[in-house]
Amino acid sequence: MGTDQRDLEPSGFRLKVQEAFQLQPVLVPLYAILLSFIVGGILIALIGVNPFEAYWALLRGMFGSKDNIAASVARSVPFMGSALALAFAFRAGLFNIGAEGQLLVGGVTAAWVGTWAWMTDTPAIIAIPIILLAGAFGGFMWGWVPGILRAKTGAHEVISTIMLNSIALFLVRWIVNSRDPVILRDLEASVPRTEAISDTAELPTIIDSQPPLHWGLFVMLGVCFLIAFVLKRTTFGFETITVGTNPHAARYAGMSVDRIIILAMAISGACAGIAAASEVSGTNQLFQPGTFALIGFDGIAVALLARANPIGIIPSALLWGSLLSGAPLMQQEADVSIDVVRIIQSMVLLFVAADAIVRYIFRVRGEAEAHIKASTTGWAGQ
Amino acid sequence: MAGDDERIPVLDVRGVTKTFPGVIANEDVDLVLHEGEIHCLLGENGAGKSTLMNVVFGLYQPDKGSIRVRGEQVQFTGVGDAIDHGIGMVHQHFQLIPVFTVAENVILGNELTNGPFLDINEARRRIIELEDKYGLAVDPDAKVGDLSVGEQQRVEVIKALFREAEILILDEPTAVLTPGEVDEFFGVVRSLVDQGKSIIFITHKLREVLAVADRITVLRNGKVAGTADPSTATQKSLANLMVGREVVFQVAKGDAHPGDPVIKITGLRVEDVRGARTVNGLSVEVRAGEIFGVAGVEGNGQRELVEAVTGMRPKIGGTVEILGQDATKMSPRQITELGTGHIPEDRNKHGVVGAYSIADNLILNRYFKPPFARRWLRNEAAIASEAEELVAQFDVRTPGIHVAVDNLSGGNQQKVIVARELTGDVKALVVAQPTRGLDVGSIEFIHNAIIALRDKGVGVLLVSAELDEILSLSDRIGVLYRGRLVGTFDGADATREELGYLMATGAAPESEEAAS
Repeated sequence: MGTDQRDLEPSGFRLKVQEAFQLQPVLVPLYAILLSFIVGGILIALIGVNPFEAYWALLRGMFGSKDNIAASVARSVPFMGSALALAFAFRAGLFNIGAEGQLLVGGVTAAWVGTWAWMTDTPAIIAIPIILLAGAFGGFMWGWVPGILRAKTGAHEVISTIMLNSIALFLVRWIVNSRDPVILRDLEASVPRTEAISDTAELPTIIDSQPPLHWGLFVMLGVCFLIAFVLKRTTFGFETITVGTNPHAARYAGMSVDRIIILAMAISGACAGIAAASEVSGTNQLFQPGTFALIGFDGIAVALLARANPIGIIPSALLWGSLLSGAPLMQQEADVSIDVVRIIQSMVLLFVAADAIVRYIFRVRGEAEAHIKASTTGWAGQ
Repeated sequence: MAGDDERIPVLDVRGVTKTFPGVIANEDVDLVLHEGEIHCLLGENGAGKSTLMNVVFGLYQPDKGSIRVRGEQVQFTGVGDAIDHGIGMVHQHFQLIPVFTVAENVILGNELTNGPFLDINEARRRIIELEDKYGLAVDPDAKVGDLSVGEQQRVEVIKALFREAEILILDEPTAVLTPGEVDEFFGVVRSLVDQGKSIIFITHKLREVLAVADRITVLRNGKVAGTADPSTATQKSLANLMVGREVVFQVAKGDAHPGDPVIKITGLRVEDVRGARTVNGLSVEVRAGEIFGVAGVEGNGQRELVEAVTGMRPKIGGTVEILGQDATKMSPRQITELGTGHIPEDRNKHGVVGAYSIADNLILNRYFKPPFARRWLRNEAAIASEAEELVAQFDVRTPGIHVAVDNLSGGNQQKVIVARELTGDVKALVVAQPTRGLDVGSIEFIHNAIIALRDKGVGVLLVSAELDEILSLSDRIGVLYRGRLVGTFDGADATREELGYLMATGAAPESEEAAS
């Protein structure tokens, strides 16, 4: 091992600058995206459409106008939260696939709090934080449950979060559907949904696109940076990553592994919950379960594409949301189904997971092994 | 013996060079093995022994050089080729499946079939035949998981013989054995060569080399440092060859000045992970300024004793007092905060977070305290300056404090742990297998660091499977047998033989009282 490592060890400021411009860690995801579009293009060509035309339509759908750009960004915002829900737990060595349920519980909690009567008399500067915190609290509790089950009984969080997703889905459906007794249903509405939240609890709109771009963007960007800061700079972040990397050493060093597992799951849930609250407050002004379908599961993909890096999640979510937002134009103009975008997205993940393929094709060197190790700790359980 | 060099060697390795990115693991290495010979390959960790053997066994392809088996030039592309040429390897970490029987393990990958069915009876017959021929007693129907380590090793040897190996590579075969098992194993090795097998025996233990070798090759830094004849070589000459400088064998150590007890264990009972009571009524007092060594065959409760004392494992009964405080129910954090250092047995599992930098590993047990933390924020400057200081003080060989610990050698990893655990306000120290698998230089360093701490008045509880280590460091020695101390000795009076006998049998009636 002992040769020439001295050269690889720059210090201080130079190191920081180098880190910031290091392409190596993002090469694989970038190439994976490229490769997926190539394979997707071949698929499109096979059905007799010019892939360049299709992709041109897709690109214009994503970024072709101010409204399209705003819509793309707006679609991306909730993915930041659901991806953080995976990423934070992932850093603690846990595989939280419960963002779907955590979003629903966070969303319904936020909507419930948002319809409290006194909220209408509360100024926005107080009402908005309250509704966001309510969402975060709902998600926090829904993440806390699998956390405590894991820590105290050893129940694997993958199993318990899948089950809690189902429980959350049917629970909120019941809450929002039930007419007798009425729990949270808006009886005037033809579809099951809650009543509209108080005007004061609405996040202001920035651009009135479809869906609207609202201040939830800044909320979620803030949460991404906050989580990055917690992981990198605080002692709690240090404990979390230690537990995720080597729980035995963490215990030996005197850390309370159980406490960190519970908190990591709960904080993960809170990330999803606050994203749901931002949607309830900024996009729909009410809660309707269907609006959150697949956002949690796509969050897994977004987080893995970003390699569970909270800052990396921002571009990763933007890509994800923009693709979904641009796809309809591709369907309209080039007659290529929206499903093709879904296929491309899935392939990106596939190529990131099987990064040996990407490394082979594009001759990217390095750390394949470490990556595999990192992405399997959640399953190995130990 | 190696008189007749006109014979064609069974294995002739010439000028083998093997490089990995940035590292030359083997450079121009020659190795000649004759039929019926035990050839010891001696070297420190990282000297290139394993790489060389992996080249011979077909796991790696050499960059340069040639390998001849019985005069025939060979080029292995995989392990299968090596096995076809009659080469077998017994790895240091056994490749056995615990829930299968001995016979099933032996035929694994080489299944004898009768139509579509396994012909386990034919396999059993051949295994028993091999056992009789070479004196390898193991029940072919026993589950491997129920066997002792020594027996499992015999299963590995049988596996190689079953595949008709003529050349056996034994990778550190004695590292896991008790002194008694080692002698038994040497008997097996002797009977193998008497029957015409040829053996490459990898080790870093000098005593064993002189006891068993017909010929010795010493590797250092990937090159052949020299060859030696066991009839003329001494432990000292071999050690100098291996390390490349004069080695001091005896640790220089003054008299102990023991003070008050710092660790007081009374009637301790602990269960292992499977619920077996492996520590059963153990009592001992470790005083300030002394090193109390716990000798014993592995698996007699050492691990559970250490984990119970350091708060890693709950106690079923008894009490542990540390520095006058009842620590029986304390957490690892509370016990550390009392002023206890702990060098754990399993370096990579407990001692370090391999992916972390040296700096982060050095503060792993005090990251939450000033100056390393200001409230709940990390203080990177304080962490870095502490790391710079400790790296210099403990002679950790590294290009920098931000290097991941995974990239260090075992000796330097252990120095990181020792640096962390010996720094700060330490009054009691629990040390388990502190030098396992380390090179001679690191061993010297760590031994001296422990003794320096003892001279400053720290009470040290030392648990080690290396009898030499116990003997050279301890002021008092207790023998652990089936979860109890069956004898305590003054460090200066104890002999290898006495301890070895007690370790193996637990019987020495008069010492029962000494323990209680």
